[in-house]
Amino acid sequence: MKKQLFLVMFLVGLLSLPFCLTAQQAVKSKTKTDAKPVPAVLSTASEVSAVAGFAGKGEDWLIPSANLIFPDLPYAYDALEPVIDRQTVEIHYDKHHRGYFNNFKKAIAGTDLETKSVYSIFADIDKVSTAVRNNAGGFYNHVLYWSNLSPDGGGKPTGELLEVITRSFGSYETFVQKFNEAAKTRFGSGWAWLSVDPASKELFISSTANQDNPLMSTEEKQGFPLLGMDVWEHAYYLKYQNKRADYVESFWNKVNWQDVQSRYAEYFKIAARIK
Amino acid sequence: MNFEFPALPYAYDALEPHIDRMTMEIHHTKHHRAYFDKFTAAIQGTDLESKSLTDIFAEISKAPAAVRNNGGGFYNHNLFWEILSPSGGGEPIGKLAEAINAEFGSFEAFKTKFNDAAANRFGSGWAWLSVKADKSLCVCSSANQDNPLMDVHDCPGTPILGLDVWEHAYYLKYQNRRPDYIGAFWNLVNWNKVSENYEKTLK
Ligand SMILES: [Fe+2]
Ligand SMILES: [Fe+2]
Repeated sequence: MKKQLFLVMFLVGLLSLPFCLTAQQAVKSKTKTDAKPVPAVLSTASEVSAVAGFAGKGEDWLIPSANLIFPDLPYAYDALEPVIDRQTVEIHYDKHHRGYFNNFKKAIAGTDLETKSVYSIFADIDKVSTAVRNNAGGFYNHVLYWSNLSPDGGGKPTGELLEVITRSFGSYETFVQKFNEAAKTRFGSGWAWLSVDPASKELFISSTANQDNPLMSTEEKQGFPLLGMDVWEHAYYLKYQNKRADYVESFWNKVNWQDVQSRYAEYFKIAARIK
Repeated sequence: MNFEFPALPYAYDALEPHIDRMTMEIHHTKHHRAYFDKFTAAIQGTDLESKSLTDIFAEISKAPAAVRNNGGGFYNHNLFWEILSPSGGGEPIGKLAEAINAEFGSFEAFKTKFNDAAANRFGSGWAWLSVKADKSLCVCSSANQDNPLMDVHDCPGTPILGLDVWEHAYYLKYQNRRPDYIGAFWNLVNWNKVSENYEKTLK
């Protein structure tokens, strides 16, 4: 009895901790307007810790959607300057991304989707409402986007990731060229992606409209996304205006290849649990 | 070539403070211009060159994506500049006012419906007031640079009023606050021009 009480107190304490300690100090200019996100459905201690450490890695998305939280930005708003300006990052994260998160939570509230992972929602995306599709996509895609970027990014991938890129596209340069092409030619709002093809285990490039992504059952070519480039105008308009191509080419200076590599490695661990 | 890139019918800063000078300039000289250039390039040497935009749109499902996207972008912005004016705003009068009241109950009810269409269009696109084949009015929205003249549209008609809700239309001034841009738009609507567009469809 005492032991159980202690466990409950421990969990409550854990939940009241800030969710991402590392980002707290970096993001000084940010004002927290929303209440602490307390997950509604927690069943096991391991789920609780998965939530507390939620950083949007592949495995983090296996939890019930009701338990998902809005993660902190992993760096300061101005950390991606001069490639992405402070104001764009702030509005993009704090308004657009947060809006998708809030609307996603609202759209699944009281439905059985609360108990499902986003992976299983995406796998049956043709069966859910537009609000779920747009906002689940918008929430997931932007978590990936922030995590794919880093103030210390840039350079080239190495090791296993470079090998599979070379195997899939011929060379790193060809890969970048094809990815840029996908990003520049996506008409209207959308994303360009690098994903793992579940059948061949090789990588492929695609682009999606609006907030769709390669995990969605509605995509012609489905796969597990490693790298996503947001080409909605809100991602670049304040700095680049109509010059999307300049944003697309600058983007590579901030790509966090370690994050992309870790997502690739992780895919093989969780592939069977994604559906 | 029977297509021409139109000059803006007012100065770039004429729609201030509702739409800022820089937005207008980039919108007209970069976005609109690029649609026009790419459209004329896409139809060059094809039999579409001799057709009107309306005829091209009526069979857009058979045309390449470059014609659909850029032809739409060209036409939609032509209409957009025309239905805006530095001395716009207020309410429609005459036949158009009667038709709006008949279809929507009141001007306010029409505005609410149009605002919803503009606010709820996810991603890039347009909100429209159009005249259907039976001459009744309808409010709808379309994705990207599609419009109600296109045979792919689920609400076919002739657009008489259009609102660009691509982020490029408002992001420099309004950022994520699309509803504020939509609200400001009503201060600029050139109802004389919209009435003229409406009465043309009755003939
Ligand atoms: Fe975005
Ligand atoms: Fe536009």
